[in-house]
Order: sequence, then structure tokens, then C-alpha cells
Amino acid sequence: MAEYYRLFLAQARGQAQYRASFWFDVAASTGFGVIDLLGVLVVFHASGSLGGFTQAEGLLIAALAGAGFALADLVVGSVERIRNYVRTGLFDAVLLRPLGALGQLIAMDFAPRRAGRAVLCAALIPVTAVGAGVQWTPVRLLVAVLAPLCGAVLFGAIFVATATVAFWWIDSGEFANSFTYGGRDFSTWPATIYGGVFRRVFAYGFGFAFAGYYPALILLGRPDPLGGPPWLAWLSPLVAAVAAVVAGLFWRRGVRQYRSTGS
Amino acid sequence: MPPLTVYWALVRAGFRRYSTYRQATVAGATTNVMFGFLRTYGMFAAAAAAGGVLAGYDRPRLATFVWVSQGMLATINIWGPPEYAERVRTGDAVTDLLRPVHPVWQLLAVDLGRAGFALLTRFVAPVVVGALAFGLYAPARWSTYPAFALSLVLALLVTFGCRHALFCSVHWLLDVRGPMTAWVLFSTLLSGMVFPLWILPEPLPALVVYGMPFASMVQAPMDVLVERGDPLRLLLTQAAWAAVALPAAVLIQRRGERKMVIQGG
Repeated sequence: MAEYYRLFLAQARGQAQYRASFWFDVAASTGFGVIDLLGVLVVFHASGSLGGFTQAEGLLIAALAGAGFALADLVVGSVERIRNYVRTGLFDAVLLRPLGALGQLIAMDFAPRRAGRAVLCAALIPVTAVGAGVQWTPVRLLVAVLAPLCGAVLFGAIFVATATVAFWWIDSGEFANSFTYGGRDFSTWPATIYGGVFRRVFAYGFGFAFAGYYPALILLGRPDPLGGPPWLAWLSPLVAAVAAVVAGLFWRRGVRQYRSTGS
Repeated sequence: MPPLTVYWALVRAGFRRYSTYRQATVAGATTNVMFGFLRTYGMFAAAAAAGGVLAGYDRPRLATFVWVSQGMLATINIWGPPEYAERVRTGDAVTDLLRPVHPVWQLLAVDLGRAGFALLTRFVAPVVVGALAFGLYAPARWSTYPAFALSLVLALLVTFGCRHALFCSVHWLLDVRGPMTAWVLFSTLLSGMVFPLWILPEPLPALVVYGMPFASMVQAPMDVLVERGDPLRLLLTQAAWAAVALPAAVLIQRRGERKMVIQGG
């Protein structure tokens, strides 16, 4: 573990050397978070409510999901660069070192400069919760803290699983974005707005409803408008754990599949 | 001025170059389709809550707005990589300057070829999926079709001009990451890619649609296609922004070349 810690530290120190660049990136990351929330504000402002949720409730969902995504992006978001490592053969060097390949990649590309969005969304969780009139209990407090963490594990798993596509399909380019950034956008809005098969696949199949929508239902003390049983909303940690295991399996298959560039 | 056949060769080269990136084309189109579904459901829910019509768009118009704009993303290349800036940074831009064609027109010709290939692939894919999944709006006037084609070309010119002017900042800054980030931030929110700009609170819509170039890239062609508002006014707005953006790109290019530092060895 100490080796990973040292890699993390080296990354953070390296990025902090270019101070203006670092703070610019932090500001940009915050800016992208602000833009997403502005989008939510504008659409709710124009329509009054969305899928049976008020603007305040919608913002709470967006803040919870956004914090989970941003946290995952901060820690493992750079794993999408794996396609460059596979294409250039740089992945050879990673495999040769006496450390786990995934751990190394995460440590090598750790991006504290992306912290802006995570801090913004995390700070907005209590604010939007108060705005939506959440009645605080110890359990709900725990949910408010755990939900972004579970969301981060879920999104992190999606980042890793979709990045492994590069092992089979080198020029996959934007393909992973459908599920990483697409998943973020999906979970930003109440799951009630989506139709039929699309909702089933992304809300339950990929688990994106458990990043923002279900934790928000618990905080608001609302039954599921989609008619799900009451225990469904509490499954976020389980969904995150399953996603992590599946992503791990994808990763193992992918690494075995890897063939060097052979130059 | 070099003969037209030179430009035509460049257009064809652009087309051919991008037609070789087959996997990337499929991956990109898949992503456009995924976001098409996301945006359609969002807009439909907003329209339902607003009483069926959102800022003058009914459901078929909203679906058309979303799916055709998803197709336009790659066609106008609004978020594509800053290739020219990279070439200045690495020093490859020397070859662009050595050619007997002005660099801006050279790059525009290649970009038109790229757009032609994108039109046949990245544009068609989301439009077909959208039409099958939701049904799209069929324009009532025949004149809408040529107007939309013209609007698409103008959108391409405005986007190219603005982006090239932005890339030219590399001559002074040596790295365009900062300007590019600002570009993505503003063009995401203000082009109509996230929501139709007319749903913004008053008096913002008119200000954003006419007073800034971003709406001329996405919002204007979509409004022409779904027949919302006066098409002539939309086209004139786009033409005005194209007439600002392209000369600006040429001017900044010329000033930049004087500042240019050739990198690399």
C-alpha cells in the first residue's frame, strides 16, 4: 500500500508544481459542475416540475449524483487514458512493474485538479437537502454521507469496465463516454422521466438510479413513484459492490487479452 | 489565388482521411445516440410538465431538435480536438505555411471534406434512430429543406471560424488548453446543445440567440428545420456571424504568424 501512497503523493506534488495551471483546472472543473446545475435550473424553471419532482427535489438528486460522479472522476477518471497506453504499448511498462496494474494506473493518473466539481457538489448536498425540506434523522444523515460514496464506487466501476473495451477495440474513442458521462447525465435527472426499456436498462441494469434518485427518495421520505418496493431504495451499497466486482472481472479479462504493439 | 482544383483536392483529402477512422465513427455515433435518448426524455418530461408545449416546441419538434442536433455535433465538429493548435505547438504547422494556399482556406477545405464524411455517417445515424424511436417533425414548407441545408453550411462556417480564431491564440499562449476549456463551457450551455435557448428566462433568449455566435452553430439550424421563428432572420443572423468569424480567423492568423515561434527541432 505504501508504494501506491507514494505514487499518489508524487502525482499530487507534480501537478501542484504548475500552480497557475492547477488552479485553472480546478476552476474549470468547478465551471463544468456549475454548467450541469445551471442546465437543471433552467429546465426546471421552464417546466415548473419534472417527472413529479419539484425544482428543489431535482437539485438534491443532481447534487447527490454529481458528487458521486465527481468523486469517481477524481480518483479513477483518468483510467479512460488506458486506450492510449494500449495503442502505444506503454502498458507493457505497467505490467512489468511489481505492482497491480489497475492500482498503478489509478495512482499514475490521479487528478486532484478535478476536485472542483466534487467539492461543489458535496457542498451542495446539505444546501439542496435543506432547500427540499428534508427532515433530518440520524439514518438520513448517514444516507446523505454514504450516497455519494456508493455513487463514486458505482461510477468508478463504470469508468473501469468501459475503459477495458480498449483492450478489444483499440480505437473505441468516445464509446466509453456513453456510459460514463451518459451515466452521469442519466442520474442527474429523476429516473421517472425516462421511458420503458431505456429506463430499465440504465436505471437498474447499470444501476444509475441508485446514485442520486433512490438516495434522494430516502432523504425526502417519499415512496418510489415508479412503484418499486420500499427496500429497493436501500440497495445502493449492494449495487455499488456488485458493479465493482463486475468491473474487476472485466478488467481481468481485458488484461489477459492485452497483446503488446509488438514493434 | 490557386485554382479551384487545389481546394477540391483538399476537400477530398479531408473526406478520405476521416473515412479511414471507422471504429471511431461507430463509437462516436453510438455516443450521439445514447445522449439523444437522454435529452429526448428530459425535453419530453419538461414539455409534459409545461402543458405539452415547451417554449413553442411540441413533442415532434423537440424530438427533431434533439436528434438532428446530436447528428450535427460531429458534422460541425464543435468539440473536436484543436488540431491546428497542436500543429503549431509541435512545429508541424511549418508545412501548412509553406503551401501556396492560405492556411485558413486550406484548413477550411479539409474541414469541409471532413464534414462531408460526417454528414453521411455521424449525422445520419442519430437522425435515423430518432425517427424510428420517436418520430420526427416533417417540415410543412418545401422551402425549409434548402433553407436547412444553407443553415447547416453557415453553422459549419461559423463554428470553423470561431474555433480557428481560438486556436490561433496558440501563437501567443503556446498551449490552447485554457481557451479550449472556456470554449467547451460556453458552447455547451449557449449553443442549444443542452436545451433549446428559448426556454431561458426573459430577456436572455434574444440576447443569446442574436448577440452571440454559439446559437448560430446549433440553435439556428434546428429552428429553421422545425419551422420555429422567421427562417430569414435566423439565416441572416448566421450569415452575419459567419461574416464576422471567418475574417476574424484570417486576421488573427496573420497577426499570429508574425508572432509564431517554430517549436521542435
